[in-house]
Amino acid sequence: MTSHSPLRFKNRIYYSLVAAGGLVVLMGLYAAHMMEEHGHIITGMNNQIVWGIPHVFAIFLIVTASGVLNVSSIGSVFNKPAYKARAPLAGLLSIAMLAGGLTVLMLDLGRPDRIIVAMTHFNPTSVFAWNIFLYSGMFAAVAFYLWTMMEKRMNPWSKPAGLLVFVWRFVLTTGTGVIFSFLVARQAYGTAILPPMFIVMSFAWGMAVFHVVQAAIYEWNGKLLDAYVQKRMKNLMGIFVIATLYFVAAYHLTNLYFARQAEFERFILFDGGVYPLVFWVGYFLFGNLIPLLLIYHPALGKSKCILFASLLIILGGFSLLYVFIIGGQAFPLSIFPGYEVSSSFGDGAIGLYRPSMPEIMLGMGAVGVSFLITAIGIRMLDFVPHEIPKSR
Amino acid sequence: MSDTNVQRRQFLKTSVGAAAVAIAPGMLLFDMAHGKSDPVSSKVRWGMLIDTANCADGCNDCVTACNKENGLSGGLSPTDSQWMRKVELKDMRSGRTLALPMMCQHCEEPPCVDVCPTGASFKRADGIVLVDKHLCIGCRYCMMACPYKARSFVHEPLHDQKPDVPRGRGTVESCTMCVHRVDKGQQPACAEACPNKSILFGNLNDPESEISKKIRTVQSTQIRADLGLNTGIRYQGI
Repeated sequence: MTSHSPLRFKNRIYYSLVAAGGLVVLMGLYAAHMMEEHGHIITGMNNQIVWGIPHVFAIFLIVTASGVLNVSSIGSVFNKPAYKARAPLAGLLSIAMLAGGLTVLMLDLGRPDRIIVAMTHFNPTSVFAWNIFLYSGMFAAVAFYLWTMMEKRMNPWSKPAGLLVFVWRFVLTTGTGVIFSFLVARQAYGTAILPPMFIVMSFAWGMAVFHVVQAAIYEWNGKLLDAYVQKRMKNLMGIFVIATLYFVAAYHLTNLYFARQAEFERFILFDGGVYPLVFWVGYFLFGNLIPLLLIYHPALGKSKCILFASLLIILGGFSLLYVFIIGGQAFPLSIFPGYEVSSSFGDGAIGLYRPSMPEIMLGMGAVGVSFLITAIGIRMLDFVPHEIPKSR
Repeated sequence: MSDTNVQRRQFLKTSVGAAAVAIAPGMLLFDMAHGKSDPVSSKVRWGMLIDTANCADGCNDCVTACNKENGLSGGLSPTDSQWMRKVELKDMRSGRTLALPMMCQHCEEPPCVDVCPTGASFKRADGIVLVDKHLCIGCRYCMMACPYKARSFVHEPLHDQKPDVPRGRGTVESCTMCVHRVDKGQQPACAEACPNKSILFGNLNDPESEISKKIRTVQSTQIRADLGLNTGIRYQGI
């Protein structure tokens, strides 16, 4: 059991960090309590922007929870030893982010107290209902996978378990993309490109989150990441960022080609105020151009650059989801094509949305949940990657 | 007759009377709560034909009647429930203007029912689309799916509700086609309130109903007919 060397965590800082994470979670729970007490009136959401910041957090976390498992899939399914050593950490991160995402999704419900209704009443035509099954199944599949990796006697099962998780996460991210694909009448959604786009987004964001956590763990333990492993992983991340950009470009270009969608694209990409700004600056510049430069420029690409690139990719992910989810709802439904419309209910008008403190706290609380599970998990069990010297 | 016997009879009479008094109101309430005993049937499909040519500019009587009937506040903020609204339209090419009332279109293939995870959104056999307030978890997926922006989310705690129209904070709601009136053989409040009789309510499945006869003779439109949802609300003059 030489691999179980005690982790040299700096105790005091560790406990302060856990306490800070706990505080963020408490703030999130307090926000949820306020929303329960006063109703959604205290959020920025309304009858036009029905999904707000909590959903941006939830979908980012759930999509990334699936993407972070890239690392374990490459290890278990495609047999790359450098990735195999990191598979348990990827599994833990996946469970942590899934838990965070589901927490915020659940607490944002109008009636979170009725969660048992969601478990006992199943509408088979609803992708939301399928997702309840997919998300809870994901917990079980990843937990089983972790068991097969961490318990020596179960090791022979690790490959089939890895395959199960590999398939499951594809279905899960498809299910998340399909939530939007199945919206027939919204200009921003209702297209079959979304599930594959979500899968590729999950790859990029999952790699970015994995990089950040891995960098933090290595720094904490005073370990140095092997240069070869680092190069492989950063190049892979770069490819996924480019692939995401490709899907986003294909989505917008197709829309631009359709006359009926032109106005929506003009809104989201050019004259829609905060949304084009977040798209071009947050997503395109900070989420793509700068990270790709940091990753691929010959003079850059060192560990600090990769950490910075990963953080920017995460920021870009949030930006893209903000524009996609909230900008997509802000643009009015085309109920009467060819007519200018107005009404007391916001027909024909751009929806206004300003995120309020409670919903931001709720979203941050979800990140806090993910952080706590990761921090405690790493401390309690052996999740820190052990390099296999021969793989270098 | 012995004294004991008289007393016994007296006792039995009193007991039966007391039992009847105790049970009767319960039975009555039970009956009332269950309403009509016949289930709704798919032989009926309730619908409306709205004549936009007769829908007067500036008139809001249908909306007011809807709010009053269903106990809505009538507030117009983006977080207030509006089951029915007047929409002003202007044709971008010809400049022709018109106005019409807009609400749940009571689709035959309602997207809100398809997406609802718990089955809270449902369609009755007679075509009325409703939300079961006990099953709705407030996820708002139906609001995302509705092509007509017909649904509202209850953002605040409610007071002074109408007994016939259950509502609840944290749940989604929309036009019920005044199902509580329809089940008593009455018209929806908006149809009754329209001063120009522009809202014709009736059974689309009965070829002899006034609405069916009119739909056979005048040109009518379903909003976003391209989506193939077969709405129960039809419009004339768009």
